[in-house]
Amino acid sequence: MTAEREILLEAKNLQKEFGGLVAVDDVSVAIYARTLHSIIGPNGAGKTTLFNLLSGMMDPTRGQVFYQGKDITGLAPHRRAHLGIGRSFQITNIFPNLTVLENVRLAAQAVGRDNFRMFQRAGSFPAYEEKAREVLGRVGLQGREGVLAQVLPHGDKRKLELGIMLASDPHLLLLDEPTAGMSSEQVPALLDIIRAIMADGDKTIVLVEHRMDMVMSISDRITVMHQGQVLAEGTPHEIATNQTVQSAYLGALYGDLAKELEDNVG
Amino acid sequence: MAEVKSDLTAAPNRFTSAAKSLRGEWLGLAVILLLALFPFLFGWFTGTSVQDGPSKFWQGQLITFFIMAVYAMSYDLLIGYTGILSFGHAAFFGGGAYTMGLFLTHIGPKIIGSYKITIGAADITEVLVLVAATLLVVVVVTLLGLLFSVVSARIKGVYFAMISLAMADAIHILSKATDFGKWTGADEGLHGIPVPMWINPTQHRLLFYFIALAFCVIMYLIARRMVDSPTGRVFVALRENESRVRMIGYNPVTYRTLSFVVAAVIAGLAGALFSLWNMGATPTMTSAVTTINALIMTILGGIGTLIGPILGAGLMQIVGQFFYQWFGARWPLVFGLIFIALVLFLPYGVVGTYRLKRLEWKQGWQRLWGLVAGK
Repeated sequence: MTAEREILLEAKNLQKEFGGLVAVDDVSVAIYARTLHSIIGPNGAGKTTLFNLLSGMMDPTRGQVFYQGKDITGLAPHRRAHLGIGRSFQITNIFPNLTVLENVRLAAQAVGRDNFRMFQRAGSFPAYEEKAREVLGRVGLQGREGVLAQVLPHGDKRKLELGIMLASDPHLLLLDEPTAGMSSEQVPALLDIIRAIMADGDKTIVLVEHRMDMVMSISDRITVMHQGQVLAEGTPHEIATNQTVQSAYLGALYGDLAKELEDNVG
Repeated sequence: MAEVKSDLTAAPNRFTSAAKSLRGEWLGLAVILLLALFPFLFGWFTGTSVQDGPSKFWQGQLITFFIMAVYAMSYDLLIGYTGILSFGHAAFFGGGAYTMGLFLTHIGPKIIGSYKITIGAADITEVLVLVAATLLVVVVVTLLGLLFSVVSARIKGVYFAMISLAMADAIHILSKATDFGKWTGADEGLHGIPVPMWINPTQHRLLFYFIALAFCVIMYLIARRMVDSPTGRVFVALRENESRVRMIGYNPVTYRTLSFVVAAVIAGLAGALFSLWNMGATPTMTSAVTTINALIMTILGGIGTLIGPILGAGLMQIVGQFFYQWFGARWPLVFGLIFIALVLFLPYGVVGTYRLKRLEWKQGWQRLWGLVAGK
């Protein structure tokens, strides 16, 4: 880790209430640039809601979100995308009746300047298509360009999900359970993609994930959420050895998973 | 290895699709040429004059077809490409027709009576009045389109469909309100609109035929180019998955508004031309029946295909003509039954089914059974 600790994204006292239910309760978290920051916690801990607040899909009841030092609270999702925030979804969220190439090409086009050229062919802007092909190569979907997205097997749909996000060259990637629904054999390939993204050197990833082994091995920092609140934050080692996490959350809920955590960190 | 394979598979695809589109263009050109020559060929084959008799009658049928084809196409832009279920399309068609009719009836004669604008020896006052009326049509239906899109930004799906039906009905009520009867003719509508003599459809049927044909071809080319443009691709994406469209950086409201305005303008121009053709504008043109016609033509031909609604309009025109002869006033009943069968067995319309090369014979019977047995 570099000594310079530049904060890319910061949530301050975020609160989201649905009626009487407090889904995200006074959450403050700082994401450092060029790090992989994981958010873990049991189902219902408020991870996806937190993601919706960070990506602008929902507005917080209280609190603020800062990106590169600027207050982006209440900014519409499409504007955040133009600032360089990309998001993937836990439930596969693609364009089912469009080709794989078009799925990614649309995302590349979105951040360009040709969206309102109503009387020119989309094909006369080859830069977006080239970008899409390059991204499809990176996520391992080369050769599937002409296939309709809906007929892809689940694992490939998850890769496409990542590809759509990567096509706009975001600085900050919010990955909501990229391995959701994947079999264990499919996970390493996805892990490689994520590692390759980090190897670029200019990307920051916030990751929500349930697979503890994966989280422990690739994260720089981990935030543990429980019942809408931040329970603990630290390096994977700190989290695995954290007494509060162990007793209050990992020990109680996952049982021997706490042991597995320690084993993984070694 | 994989990259080599992708190059090999991609290249021939590009070739065949280019060849296919080229063949499509030639076919299109041939059809346009045939339609352009139709009045003469018809006259030649039947040994009658181009100016009157059966040739004139069939020119009239085709004029109606060209205009309704454009109207159906504009509906397809909304429902088939952007995926907006709107039941208010008659507001644009009728709005265009009434704007044109009212302007030519009440404002045009005053202008012609008090001004005389000439280029050299030619009096172009009438032409300018027509141009002004057309511009006004564009302005009015753009405003209507904006009104609808403002509502569609807040209310989605089937709820919007209901609201749009109500909005169009409000315009329908306005068009037949006795309060404005002095101007609009209320229930009767506008009749005998003073269409400039040089394009009068009764006097100069052949000229009007070519105007309507050119209108249809130009509108098709504009619509085709637009759905294939970067903007049009976003329309389709919006139909597929709105939340993802937002997340990758497009503002859905902007694109939905754009789609609405374009569809409204095309429908409005079709309506305006229809009022010239009919030399009238009646409350039927703003009614739900007119919206349902757009829906039927689009579904019949194939939703989201542009060429489908054109075929659908043609089918409707032919069916309407012959069914009326065969079944009299009860023809909509027969047509309704056939339409139900088509929706069950050809849900993708004529063009969609042709492209899929698949008849939904078995699924059709299953759907029918589900309908009868209540699932």
